[in-house]
Amino acid sequence: MKDASLELITASAMRTNRTDSAGMRMKSKSIGSFFALAIAVCVLLPPGQFSAAQSVASAQPATVATAKSAAKTAAKSPAQIAAKAPAQAQPWKKIAIPPLHDFKPQQPKRIELANGLVIFLQEDHELPFIDGSILIRRGSREEPAAKIGLVSMYGEAWRTSGTAAKSGDALDAELAVKAASIETGGGLANTSVEWGSFKQDFDVVFGEAVDLLLDPAFKTEKLAMAQREMATGISRRNDDPGEIAGRESTKLVYGAESPYARQAEYATVAAVTVDDLQAWHDRSVVPNGMIVSVEGDFDSTAMEAKLRKAFEPLARGAAIETMKADFVGPKPGVYFVDKEDVDQSSVQIVGIGTERSNPDYYALSVMNEVFSGGFGSRVFQYVRTKLGLAYEVGGSYGAAYDHPGEFRSEAGTKSVSTVAATQAVLKVIGQLKTDPPTPEELKKAKDDVMNSFIFHYDTPEKTLNEQVVLAFYGYPPDYLEKYKDGIARVTAADVTRVANKYIDASKLAIVVVGNKTEIKPPLSTLGTVTEMDITIPPAAKVGK
Amino acid sequence: MSRVVGVVLALTMGWGAAARAQDSGGYAQNLAGFEKRTTVKVLANGLTLIVCERPEAPVFSFYTLVDVGSTDDPQGASGLAHMFEHIAFKGTTEIGTTNYPAEKIALAKVEAAYAAYDAEFRKRVGQDAIKLATLKKNFEEAQTAAEKFVVPNQFAELAETNGAVGLNASTEEDSTQYFWSMPSNRLELWAYMESGRIAHPVAREFYKERDVVQEERRMRTDSYPIGAMVEQFLATAYTAHPYRVPTLGWESEISQVNATEAAAFHAKYYVPANMVVAVVGDVKAADAMPMLTKYFGAIPAGPKPEPMTTVEPPQFAEKSVTIREAAQPFYLEGYHRPDYRDPDDSVYNAITDIFSNGRTARLYKSLVRDQKIAADAEGFSGFPGEKFPGLFAFYGEPVPGHTPDEMKDAIHKEIERLKTSDVSDEELQMFKTRARASLLRGLADNQGLAQQMAEYQTRYGDWRELFRKLDEIDKVTKADVRRVANKIFVESNRTSIRIEFTPPAQAQTQDAGGAK
Repeated sequence: MKDASLELITASAMRTNRTDSAGMRMKSKSIGSFFALAIAVCVLLPPGQFSAAQSVASAQPATVATAKSAAKTAAKSPAQIAAKAPAQAQPWKKIAIPPLHDFKPQQPKRIELANGLVIFLQEDHELPFIDGSILIRRGSREEPAAKIGLVSMYGEAWRTSGTAAKSGDALDAELAVKAASIETGGGLANTSVEWGSFKQDFDVVFGEAVDLLLDPAFKTEKLAMAQREMATGISRRNDDPGEIAGRESTKLVYGAESPYARQAEYATVAAVTVDDLQAWHDRSVVPNGMIVSVEGDFDSTAMEAKLRKAFEPLARGAAIETMKADFVGPKPGVYFVDKEDVDQSSVQIVGIGTERSNPDYYALSVMNEVFSGGFGSRVFQYVRTKLGLAYEVGGSYGAAYDHPGEFRSEAGTKSVSTVAATQAVLKVIGQLKTDPPTPEELKKAKDDVMNSFIFHYDTPEKTLNEQVVLAFYGYPPDYLEKYKDGIARVTAADVTRVANKYIDASKLAIVVVGNKTEIKPPLSTLGTVTEMDITIPPAAKVGK
Repeated sequence: MSRVVGVVLALTMGWGAAARAQDSGGYAQNLAGFEKRTTVKVLANGLTLIVCERPEAPVFSFYTLVDVGSTDDPQGASGLAHMFEHIAFKGTTEIGTTNYPAEKIALAKVEAAYAAYDAEFRKRVGQDAIKLATLKKNFEEAQTAAEKFVVPNQFAELAETNGAVGLNASTEEDSTQYFWSMPSNRLELWAYMESGRIAHPVAREFYKERDVVQEERRMRTDSYPIGAMVEQFLATAYTAHPYRVPTLGWESEISQVNATEAAAFHAKYYVPANMVVAVVGDVKAADAMPMLTKYFGAIPAGPKPEPMTTVEPPQFAEKSVTIREAAQPFYLEGYHRPDYRDPDDSVYNAITDIFSNGRTARLYKSLVRDQKIAADAEGFSGFPGEKFPGLFAFYGEPVPGHTPDEMKDAIHKEIERLKTSDVSDEELQMFKTRARASLLRGLADNQGLAQQMAEYQTRYGDWRELFRKLDEIDKVTKADVRRVANKIFVESNRTSIRIEFTPPAQAQTQDAGGAK
């Protein structure tokens, strides 16, 4: 189960290049995001570094492998594992594991205003900062098909434009001297405003954030800047094979025109106007569609009073209707993108996943652990360790909060082993149905989840984010505790039952981005191959 | 626990005030508070242990920093430091095996079989194809025999089933590091595992892992245009210093390293005197130190390895590379600077901040906002490393219709401005305030703090330098910035590389993919 905070797009996550609110980080981070993949050389690919994951991360929460399962991506047949009865002494078994220190994670205070706005307050007095966020319902999945990119550019131009009283440029200068930040962002299901500062600057910074929320002044030149950035992204989207494979496979799962997969083009970006941004804003910024959360060094009573003063006057708006879409899954087959300048194939095997509200989610979560949850999991053990066919290998039967996630497995392998690696991953997928977890496998899978459970709430910020995400998607506040109990009850029979219920190899699509001249044996070994055309539709004319 | 929280509060409140008042002496009393919950111990074998108590939640993070990086790769065996990092996850003489004494014999046979195969394989004259095939078969059979004793991935699995998260390791030019976070009741289990893999790693399944590492190279470098560009850039910017060699290794070398070389590398560099282990979280130093000393003190001592001494000769002519391929345009340039011990180190940080941090940054304002020619542009220091003299680098990502040359000209204009006129008071102030805020925010993160402490302890011999650095930062003046800019940003000290988009060659005529 992934960190709740990864589920919603947040402005700061989108803007790591432009702000410095995250504190000191690893070298690779400080030297530019472009070089992270090239420079940080690790035993495992850190979450979010694989380009396939990156390309879908902001748009497809369910496909972002969990912080843990992306970092842990493991299969020797279960029978083989069972046969490895250790003859050697295992000294670690004698090391005492005392009970964990008593720890009650502090839950945030929840306040609901009469106009429908929900507030969460989480005091945290360790450091002299106060950080806040406003999540606003409606995101890119609700933007018009002719204007794909609208919400992303809205999230950018909102902040860079500024307010009627203060331009975005002036705001930049004012915040920078305080080491403070205000950022806006647009994602799949929501948009957001976030701010952060030393606590003594809270009143000023919060005041500016509220102004930005209630009185933005969208500017043509800032929209144009966002359009240039989007156009740059479009022009570069075929450079990285992992990114291509991730994007094209998602389009197969949901349908190329689906709100969950469609992509911005030069034309759809150019079609967006400042009036569109304002209209989006007016429709979305209503208190009954917003969740405000504040965390840091403050007194809750005083903070509540400030927030009430700021948000109580807002008039309730029209109800936000629930997004509706059809989910049919991919047309099965082998899909291929030829890229003659690579020596490694990026292989994605995809199908439709499920929702977290599914009662089978607990059993599916354990199945995911057995399948790909770390070094000890089947796919890692088999494809990487035993066969040596891939560095990046993993997968998960994905579950999103309010729509089906993706069932995605992936591997990066040298051109000549493309077919072998694909078959190896398919074999492990198939064995989920035929080979129930051994008692040892089941125990390991559950231990992985249960013993690391503390990391869901080891900081006040995580506890807060969990509650915000649950509230956003209408899940009960005790969801996490129920999840823990649910995992504990899963049996080997449950895992095999859900594997047979949900996995159907005949409904999966295989997407390969690779170098055709090097792939031997040919992909046709795997089935009928459909070549994909990823040519970028040219811009009709240079934008405004 | 309440005592510790109180100390933290005193520390951080003081900093908040200092950040506003620019009281450069303000951190000192806070450092004293921080010192109370931090314990450093150098063990008899030379290993440095740091324990920092932060009992906010019953968890801890560790960071093991080994002062060896790819700059220590032996001649002809580039990529070996990174290869060993992978091997450090393969287990120990106790973890990952069903019968170590028997496995040890089997692994020795693998090495002998590989050496025989390799000798025949490398023959320039008189290679015998039949003999080579036989030797290869012997090698494969020896591997199969050794694998019988392996419990694959048992080391990492043991960590994961005990609640480890963020389990990973990384190799850089300057250092190699291992880290994860765990529930605090597993501290002793971790100490057993970590000290075990440092003292007694076993290079089992070495040749399979070598294949995995080659896939890593294909992903990060060969098939990723930016990765290939960075490799060419560093190979051009450096003539003698090993910063010119990729951490992942050249393909011909990383595909030929063997487990015997990895073992020798380990014996030489993974000695206790060459590493710092930092633990931060729900740990009481008074209770934990004797236990940690027992495990980490048992690692056999060895002489501190002799340092890599190659010094990059001064560059005397501009160097420039153009890559023409079917990838989008990009521009990157760099200038040699001194290493992190240089008295001007913080001045370089100031330039990085002023050029790159946020929307007030000069390159963003100039290239992205006003000239509208780039989607992103930054300048940053210490590339690819900072233990040795690295580069101060700049890059620009053109928007469609604009060229690398335009990036270059616009970047040079900003550099020229830095050399000929002072930065503003406001810019310098932003840098100093943000440096404090950034340091402070990092204190609430066990893993980040463990990393910082281990790095500063390694680089300066004292983790407290992390805090003292703020003093140095406060002393940076406008004149310093101008002086340093004039010193290093000169044409003869520059290396640049660009990607010029060139349409792909005509479609291949042969049908190899089998696609219809």
